[in-house]
Amino acid sequence: MSTLIPSKFSRRSFLRTSSLASGGMLIGFNFFTACKDTAKMPIDISKLNYNDFNAFIKIADNGLVTIFSPNPEIGQGVKTSMPMIIAEELDVAWKNVHVAQGILDTVNYVRQVAGGSQSIRFGWDALRQTGATARQMLVNAAAAKWGVDASECSAKQGVITNAKGETLGYGDVVKEAAVLEVPENIPLKDPSTYTLIGTDVGNVDIDKIIVGEPLFGLDYKVDGMVYASVLRPPAFGQSLISYDDAEARATPGVIDVIKIGAKAKALMAKEKVNWSVRLHDSEKVVVIAENTWAAMQGKKAIKATWSDDSELESTDFQDKKLLSLLNGNKFKTLRKDGNVKKAFAQADKVLERTYESPFLPHNCMEPMNFFANVTDQKIHLVGPVQTPAAAAETVSELLGRNIADIRLEMTRMGGGFGRRLYGDFVYESAEISDVIRKPVKMVSTREDDMTTGVYRPAIKYRIAASIKNGEITGYHLKEAAVNSNMYGLIPNFFPAGTLENYQVDVANYKSEITTGAWRAPYTNFLAFAEQNFLDELAEELDIDPIQMRLDMLQKVKGTTDARIQYSAERMEDVINLVVEKSGYRTPKEGVFQGFCAYYCHNTHIAEVADVVMENNQPVVKKVTVAVDCGIVVNPLGALNQIEGGVVDGVGHSMYGDFGFKNGMPVSNNYDSYRLIRNKEAPAVETHFVENTLSPTGLGEPTLPPAGAAVSIALKKATGNRIYKQPFVSNMATKPILG
Amino acid sequence: MVAPNQLRPADTPLLWALRDHLDMVGTKFGCGIGQCGACTVHIDGNASRSCQMKVSQLDGKEITTIEGLSEDGSHPVQQAWKEVDVPQCGYCQAGQIMTASAFLDKNPNPSGQEIKNAMHGNICRCSAYSRIQKAVAIAAENKLT
Ligand code: FES
Ligand code: FES
Repeated sequence: MSTLIPSKFSRRSFLRTSSLASGGMLIGFNFFTACKDTAKMPIDISKLNYNDFNAFIKIADNGLVTIFSPNPEIGQGVKTSMPMIIAEELDVAWKNVHVAQGILDTVNYVRQVAGGSQSIRFGWDALRQTGATARQMLVNAAAAKWGVDASECSAKQGVITNAKGETLGYGDVVKEAAVLEVPENIPLKDPSTYTLIGTDVGNVDIDKIIVGEPLFGLDYKVDGMVYASVLRPPAFGQSLISYDDAEARATPGVIDVIKIGAKAKALMAKEKVNWSVRLHDSEKVVVIAENTWAAMQGKKAIKATWSDDSELESTDFQDKKLLSLLNGNKFKTLRKDGNVKKAFAQADKVLERTYESPFLPHNCMEPMNFFANVTDQKIHLVGPVQTPAAAAETVSELLGRNIADIRLEMTRMGGGFGRRLYGDFVYESAEISDVIRKPVKMVSTREDDMTTGVYRPAIKYRIAASIKNGEITGYHLKEAAVNSNMYGLIPNFFPAGTLENYQVDVANYKSEITTGAWRAPYTNFLAFAEQNFLDELAEELDIDPIQMRLDMLQKVKGTTDARIQYSAERMEDVINLVVEKSGYRTPKEGVFQGFCAYYCHNTHIAEVADVVMENNQPVVKKVTVAVDCGIVVNPLGALNQIEGGVVDGVGHSMYGDFGFKNGMPVSNNYDSYRLIRNKEAPAVETHFVENTLSPTGLGEPTLPPAGAAVSIALKKATGNRIYKQPFVSNMATKPILG
Repeated sequence: MVAPNQLRPADTPLLWALRDHLDMVGTKFGCGIGQCGACTVHIDGNASRSCQMKVSQLDGKEITTIEGLSEDGSHPVQQAWKEVDVPQCGYCQAGQIMTASAFLDKNPNPSGQEIKNAMHGNICRCSAYSRIQKAVAIAAENKLT
C-alpha cells in the first residue's frame, strides 16, 4: 500500500521572518494556528517569543541552521525527529543543523505537550511546510540576486544552483531572503526523494548525556538556591492536623520548616480546575535546607499527626467496589450498535470473562522535582514538566500573579510516561518559593514519588460475547475503574464496527487516590483483556485466532462510521507481516507463540511473543513486532521507542503490582516494587510496514499489545489462561523473562 | 543508629556530596537505597552505589564519576553508547556507563550472558536494555582492538 496523503496545511501566514541584528535570518512559525496579526518577530536571538510562535529557525550567514523549540524531550526522540522534518524540506545537511531548547515565556503557547504520542503527528504538515517555505524564500532571494527566474534555480544541501551552474550558499542570501514576502502553497517533496527522513539519526543530546552534563531538572542550580523536601499525607484520604518540627530544625543544614497548601486548597475548591491540576487537599510540611540530603533528613525528623477524612482504601475494598460496579447497572454507554441484549438472549452460548488490573505508579527514573524563584517582580520556573502552558497558568492563579510575570523553562526529562502531564510539583515549588522568597528546588525522594503519585487507576473489565450457529453475534464490554473511564475514540477501536451487536459500558467510583494518564491510558490494560478474550473466543469457536481477526476485519471495510479510525487494510498488513516474520505458521518445536493485533494512538501494530519452557518454567524469549506508523522519520529513534514500549509492556504486565493498605501504598521503592531489569528483557524484533502515509507516534502504541501477546503465549506454554495483572501473582508456575 | 540531629556533613552520602557540594551532577539520584544503579561511580576502580557511601568512608579512596571517565567522552564505553544511540530519556545512562566501564576493566571479553548479569542491577525505566547490552559488547570489541 502506498498512498500519499496531500498536505492540508496551507493556512495563510503561519510563518514570519526577520533579519537578525547579529546577522542571519530568523523564521518563526506555528504548528497549529496562523500567526496573530500582532505577532512580532524579534531581531535579537535572546528575545525569542513563544507567545506568538511555536518554534524558530535561525539560518546564520555562514549557512548554519539552528532550530529552537521548547518542545520538551522526555525520551521519545521528538527533539531529534521534529527538526529532521524541517531539515529535510529546507534541504540542509544534518551536520549543519543544531537543535536548541527554547524557553517558554507564556501562556499562549500551543500544544507544547509531550504526551499522547501525538507530537509528530500534529507537527508533520507544519514542519514540512515551514522547511519548504523557508527553502523557497532562500531560492527566491538567490534568483533575485542573479536576476533570473526562481524556477530556474534549485536548492540542495544548503546550496542554491542556477541554470548556468552558479551557486550561492544559504548563508549568502539570508539577508535578502529575510525581507521577502512569504510565498504560499509551496509544493512539498515527494517522500521517495527524501534524503534525511528515513535515515538513522542519533539523539541530538547524545554527546552531553554520555559525559553527564547537566541536562535534567534535578541538575539545575542557581546561586543562593535552597532545597525543599515536602512531607505530604502518608495515606490518601488524610490531612494534616499538626506537627512538631523541633528535631527537624536541629538537623544540620536545615534552614527552616514551613507549611504550604492553603493556596492550593483554595484553588482546588474553585469550580473549574484545569485537568492537569492534581493536588492533595491537605496542607503539607516543607523542610528547607542547604542541600538535598539535609532537606530529606529533616523531613524524616518531622513528627506530624494526620486526620482521617475519608475512607482509607485498601486493595480488597477497591476490588469489591469495582466488582460491585461490574455487577451493578450504573453504567454510561459509550457505544451501542444493534441490540446486544437480544443477541445474548437468542445465543447458543455466552462466553463471559472478567479481567483485573492494579494501580500502577509511573516511576520515572528522575523523581519529580522543580525549581521556582518567586520575587515581587517575576516568577521563574525551571524543570521537567510536560504541560508548561497549563503549569504557568495554574501558578498564576495559585499565587494571584500576572501570567506575564512568569517565565518557565523546560529541561530534559528523566522519563514521563504521563506523570509529568500533572503539574503538582510545579505548584508546590512555586508556593514554597512564594513563602520563603528564595530560589528553591523541590526534590521528591523515590518514596515520595511512589507513594504520592498520580497512578494508573485500577480497572476491571468484563467482556461477554454471544455465539449462535458458530458465529459471534454480540459483544458487550463493561469497564469499572477508579475515578475515571476510557475516553475519546477508545470505545470505537477494534472490534467495534465488525459486529452488528456491540456495546461498551463504563462506570467508576471516586476515590481519594489520585489517578491519571499512564503510558497508553486505558489501552495499556484494555488490550490485554480484549485480546485474551478474542483468543479464548477463537478457542471456543475452534477457529484460528488470526483467521478470526481477518474475517472480522472484512466486515468493517468501507465503513462510513467516522468514529472508526482504525483501518482494516492497515491492520491486515501488520497481521500478515508479523505472521510471516515470527514464523507463526511454521512453529518451532518447544516454542509457544502468542499473537495479538492492536490499534491505538493512530498506529496499527501486531505482535507475537515467543515463550519456551526451561526447567519447567515458562521463559519469554522474544517479541516480534510489525508496526504501521506511516513514514518512519528516524528509524534509529523509532526502534528505541518500540523496544522500550514492548519491554515496558511486558515488564508491567508481568510484575507491576501496586496495592494499598489503609490508604497507603504498600510499596514505596524499588526493593518492594519490581521493575523489569536487564536480564529479564526479551529480545524485540521490529518490522515496519513501508508506506508514505503521515507518521504517527510510537511512544505508546507498542506497549498495550505486548502484555497481551505474552499472556497468550504463556497460556499455550502452561495451559493456564491469565485474567489478572501482574501475571506473577496468579500463576502456579512463576514465569520468568529473558 | 544516628539521630538526624547528630548528622554531620561527613555522614552525607557521596551522591549528595557530589551533586550539591561539588556541583558534579552527572551522577544521578534514582532511589537512594542502592537498588537502581543511577548513582553508580567507581571507588578504587569498583562500580559502587554512591547513595550508599558516606563521605566519611572515603578517606584515601580514588573516586571516578561520569565526568572523569574521560576528558572528552572518548572512553570506549561512552563511544559505544553513542554508536548504538542507547539513551531514551537518558537519565539512567551515566550509571549504566559507569557500571559497564568498571565491568569491562575486570572482564574485557565478556559473553552475552555475562554482560546481562553485569548490567542487571541498573534499572532503565525506558527499557533500553537491548541497546545497553549491544553497546557493552561493542565497547568490549573496540577496547580489544
Ligand atoms: S540512587 Fe543509588 S542505587 Fe539508586
Ligand atoms: S534511558 Fe530513561 S531510564 Fe534509561
